[in-house]
This record gives sequence, structure tokens and C-alpha cells, in this order.
Amino acid sequence: MVYLIALPLLSSAILLLLGRIADKWGHLLATLVSASAFGFGVQQFLQMHKQPGSNRAVTQKLFDWISVGTFKVDASLLLDQLSICFVLLITGVGTLIHIYSIAYMSHDKDRRRFFAFLNLFIAAMLLLVLGDSYLNLYVGWEGVGLASYLLIGFWNQNPVYAVAAKKAFVANRVGDLGLSLAIMISFAQFGTASFSGVAAGAPHASSAALTAIGAMLLLAAAGKSAQFPLQSWLGDAMAGPTPVSALIHAATMVTAGVYLITRSNFIFDASSTARMMVIAVGVITLLFGAIVGTAKDDIKKALAASTMSQIGYMILATGLGPVGYAFAILHLLTHGFFKAGMFLGAGSVMHGMDDEVNMRKYGGLAKVMPVTAITFGLGYLAILGVPPFAGFYSKDKIIETAFNSGGSKAIVIGGAALLGAGITAFYMTRVVVLTFAGARRWKSEAHPHESSFLMWAPMVVLAIGSVASGFLLSMGSALVNWLQPVVNASHVASGKELMKPMTVSVLALGVVVLGAGYAIIKYRAVAAEAPEKVSIFTRAARMDLGQDIVNDKVFVKPGFALTAGLVAVDYKVIDGAVRLVGWLINEISDVLRKIQNGYVRSYALMMLIGVFICVLILWMVTA
Amino acid sequence: MDISNYLYLSVILFTIGALGVLIRRNAIVIFMCIELMLNASNLALVTFSRINGNLDGQVASFFTMVVAACEVVVGLAIIVTIYRSRRSASVDDASLLKN
Repeated sequence: MVYLIALPLLSSAILLLLGRIADKWGHLLATLVSASAFGFGVQQFLQMHKQPGSNRAVTQKLFDWISVGTFKVDASLLLDQLSICFVLLITGVGTLIHIYSIAYMSHDKDRRRFFAFLNLFIAAMLLLVLGDSYLNLYVGWEGVGLASYLLIGFWNQNPVYAVAAKKAFVANRVGDLGLSLAIMISFAQFGTASFSGVAAGAPHASSAALTAIGAMLLLAAAGKSAQFPLQSWLGDAMAGPTPVSALIHAATMVTAGVYLITRSNFIFDASSTARMMVIAVGVITLLFGAIVGTAKDDIKKALAASTMSQIGYMILATGLGPVGYAFAILHLLTHGFFKAGMFLGAGSVMHGMDDEVNMRKYGGLAKVMPVTAITFGLGYLAILGVPPFAGFYSKDKIIETAFNSGGSKAIVIGGAALLGAGITAFYMTRVVVLTFAGARRWKSEAHPHESSFLMWAPMVVLAIGSVASGFLLSMGSALVNWLQPVVNASHVASGKELMKPMTVSVLALGVVVLGAGYAIIKYRAVAAEAPEKVSIFTRAARMDLGQDIVNDKVFVKPGFALTAGLVAVDYKVIDGAVRLVGWLINEISDVLRKIQNGYVRSYALMMLIGVFICVLILWMVTA
Repeated sequence: MDISNYLYLSVILFTIGALGVLIRRNAIVIFMCIELMLNASNLALVTFSRINGNLDGQVASFFTMVVAACEVVVGLAIIVTIYRSRRSASVDDASLLKN
């Protein structure tokens, strides 16, 4: 199991250390390593599949990590039904994107460095999902943050991209703070941070502690998965090369938050307050992302907003309790296929259009890029939830679970999820219509063309996944049964159903048709320039609903003010005290120096006075 | 005659010597004033010896004389050297260590 992590890490180190020598074959080594990790993952999966449900989880101890008195932490790996899903997703999609990148990055002179970072990411992400304690997970968590930072800022010669990388890193740090606090609380509460230890202790812990851990874990998930209120970095993260956006900022890393919450199901099952917070974050983000997505003209930013919204669905599902976890993971996997596929499609379009990202300058590309258009279209149908594509099985399940979660809040949550599905249909149709349909709006010097085999082959594979994965994974509740031992879904109270699955599907399909139809009518013909006179809602969505303004006003400005204040205190109080001592001694010296005038008689006078004083004192003491 | 008159004389001589050291600039005169102070203290010592009826003060004054003799040798040598090199015996001029 350890080779799964060690190989990509080693290959990354080799590529970085060898430097230019490895330029010729670096990308091949990295792809090979990633593919072999996938092969290893498949073999592990088959082995696991043979075992009965209760024996499938395997733990492997690597070494004693921290051992101080009674305080002991092992570095060990845990491969169970949940982590194997992620291992296959990460290495599978990762390998496809490695292959795609060989062609996509072929003109970049730093291609070797790019592949080294990709391998580093694969290693860190695998460590994240394979760690058997929060502390091991934390190492991987930080590792993917680093890889994400390096890859967003891959073209750091452009200052805007470097700033975007920094923004992502800082926003992630806020979330990481939550994770480290959660680890500290669980150490204080349970004396351990291993998943099994915390799971064993959770039923006996106080609800306040569980809610605190849950809230901190949610903060961590919000940072990594670009959820409200830490969502602002994802749009700017599109500064990275498109394969990176597909792998890290759509399929894998940003779903780490969903993994974290699913993995911590024992915490969230025990604290309804924490679960309520998760639902709130999920609902807000899924609407937020969808609304932002409606106004973006940059194809990658529109897809990023969509990613944010879809992960909102997953977070919402994890907040719905035991029954939701499997659907969250199901949506995560299908989303991994269709969103990665669409990002690669966007990359293919950009590749053919000289890195133009503005959709208003596309139009009618279906004729010149048929493979891209078809694969993108399949992903589009999947995200819309049109039966029988993947999204139909995963998203409708989430909406249905939301409606049936019980109580009056179920109608609000379900309604929001349904509304989100409608908006999703609107903005995704907008992307497709603007890019592939309508009149040609590109300039005469652009020569869009279909991409090479290395680029469209991964897109085809992912498109097949977008079509079939939902059906395959939910056939006979395959994934639900598979994950059952991990997420403990057995004690689901099956209350009265508010809505039948059929009703939800019909409703969802209805809003999807409405959203898509409106988008087709509205964007059949558009100008190549974005209109200036737009409604206040469009303007708000174009500005990401003011997320940057709020961050700027609430955090950045006061942060700067605080720093300025501290600098002033440092300068005036601390440095001031030191300077005061110096000044005092200087002044005293100025006075004392006048005594040393070089005249012998003045020295003699001082001696005389001194002797006189001495005698006086002696006389007073003895008398 | 009251024996304390010797002490008054001694105080007067010492004061004259001290004032001379403080006021005069000529090294020779300052030197002579120092001798005057030494002798004033000798006079006081001898007087105390007389008052107490023992010889301690007398012995101390002999020591003072010896020290004064040594001092004269060294001091005069310095003064003569300064005069030779600077053509002046003013103590105010001999302030080369200042600055």
C-alpha cells in the first residue's frame, strides 16, 4: 500500500532534482508512475472485493511517528471501502490527465516541472485518503495544498497568476486552521486522533465537544472544497493550466472536504447541530456557485463556479446524515468524471483558440471540433441530470434525500436543491450554446482545430464515464452497499416519505428543461462583447456576489490596519524604550562631559569638595 | 598659651595652601602651596601628638616629610621638563590630554 504513495513522491523528487536532464523523458516517467499506481489500485480493489464486507478494511503500520510517554501516534495507512473509491478516482482520472497534459503542455519548456508537481499532488492526495488518523490525513491535506499552490502559480511569470496562487493558499490556510483545531480538540477529548479511536469515543463525548470538532472540520472542508464562506479562491485558481483545473480543482482535491466529512461520519452522526451547519453551508454554496456561474464569460470560471455548486450538493448530502454519505460519494465520483471531462474539453477548445477563454468569442465550434463537442455534450447531459446519464443517478438522489430528510426544513433544503438544479441547467446550457452552437464569433486569424489523439482520448474515456458511471454505481445500490460498513448507514430511520423518487425525477427534469430552454432562447445569438447595460443581478453575479469585496472589507483591510498598528506599537513602544535609554545616557553624558575640562585646578577643587563631603559624612556618622 | 592655637594656625596654613592650588596657574607656586598644605598637616599631627601625650603623630609627620621629599624630586623634574618643552610653567597650557 505504501508504494502507492512512495512511487509518485519518488518520481516527483527525481524529476525536480535531475533538472533539465529529465526534460526528454520526465513526462513519460510521471505518466507511467501514475498509471502503475492506478493498476495497483485496481488490483487492491479486486482483492478487497473478494473479502466479505466486514474484512475489507486493511490497516498497515509504517512506523512510530510520535512517541512521548503515554502519548503515541503511529504513521499508518488505512485502505477501506471509502478510500479505495478515492484511490481509483485519483489515480484513474489522474492518469488520464497526465496523458492529456503530455499533449497540452508540449509547447511549454517547463513541462517536466509540471509533471513533477502533478506526481507530487497524486502522492499527497493518496496520503490524504489513505491516512488512518486525522494527523496522517493532515500531512496529505497540507501536501495537496502545496501542490495546488505550485500548480495554480505554474505560470508565475504572470503576476496575476502568482497572486491567484497566493489567494488560494491563504484561503486554504484558514481551513487548515480549522482542521488543526479539530485535531487538537480530539486529542484533548479522546487522547487520540485516529479515526477508529475517535469513532469509539464519540458516543460517550459531550455534545459541545462534538459540535466544536464538527464545526472545525466543516471549516476545514469549506477551505479545501471552496465552500461558503471560504469559496473565493476557486475562481481565481483557474489561473493554473487547464489539466490542473480538471484534476485538482474539479475532480479530486476540492472534493477532499466531502471525504473529510464522510470519514468523520461518527462525529456528525452524534451532533445534529454540526449536521445542520453542514447543510446550511451546502445549500448556500450550491446556490451561490450556480448564481455566479450564470454570469461568467470565462469558460473556465463558469466551470469553476459549477464545481463549487456541485460540491455544495455533495456537502449538503453529507449533512443529511447516514443516508446521505453514499449519495455524496456517488455524486463525487460521477462529478469527477463529467466535470474533469468538461474541463479537458474547455482546455481542448482553448488549445484550438490560442488560449482565448472568453466564450463570447467562441460560437459554432461544434463543426470544427466534433470530438470535443460530443464529449463535452455528454458531460453536459450528465451534469444536468438527464436520464440515463450519470448525474441523473447521483443528483436526483441528493435532491430526493433532501426532500425526505424530515421536518419543515426539508422543504426548504429540497426546494433549494431543486432550484439549484434549474440554475445549473441554465448556466451549463449557456456555456454549451455560447461555445459550440450559434454563429462564429472568433476573429479571422484564429484557426480552431480538433486536438490531437493524446488529448481527445482521455476526453472520450471520461465521457464514457459520464454516461455510464452513474448507472453502474447505483445498479442494485452497488455503491451504497459497498460503503455501508464505513458510513454505518444501517440505522436509518425510514420515516414517511415526503416525495417519491419518481416525483423528484419528474420535478428535477422539469426545472432542468425550463432552465435549459430559457438559456437557449436567451443565448441563441449574442454579441462578441459583453453588454454593459445589465440588470443589477447580472452585475452582482459578475462580481462573484461581492465575495472579494466582503473579504477585502472584513478581513484584508482590518488585517492591514492591525499590522500597521502592531508595527506602530513596535516602533513607538518597544523600539521607543530602547531609544529612550540611549537618549538619556547621551544627555547625561553631555552634562557629565563638561566636568572634564582639562584644568588641573578644577580637578583639585573637585577632590577638595569630595574630601570635604567625606569628612562631613564621617563626622556625622561618628558624632 | 592655649595649645589649640597651633591647630588654628594649621587650619589657616592649609586653607592658604588649598586656595593657592586652586587659584594660581604657575606650576612652581602650586607646588609650593602643596608643600604648605603638607606642612600644615604636619603641624596638626605634631599638635595632636602633644595633646594625646604619645608619639604617634610625630612618627606620622616624619612619614609625611619623607613622602614630601620624594614628591619634590618627582614633581620638580616634571615641571622642569614641561618648562623646557613648552617655555611655560602654566598648568592651564599643559592640557594636551584634553580632546
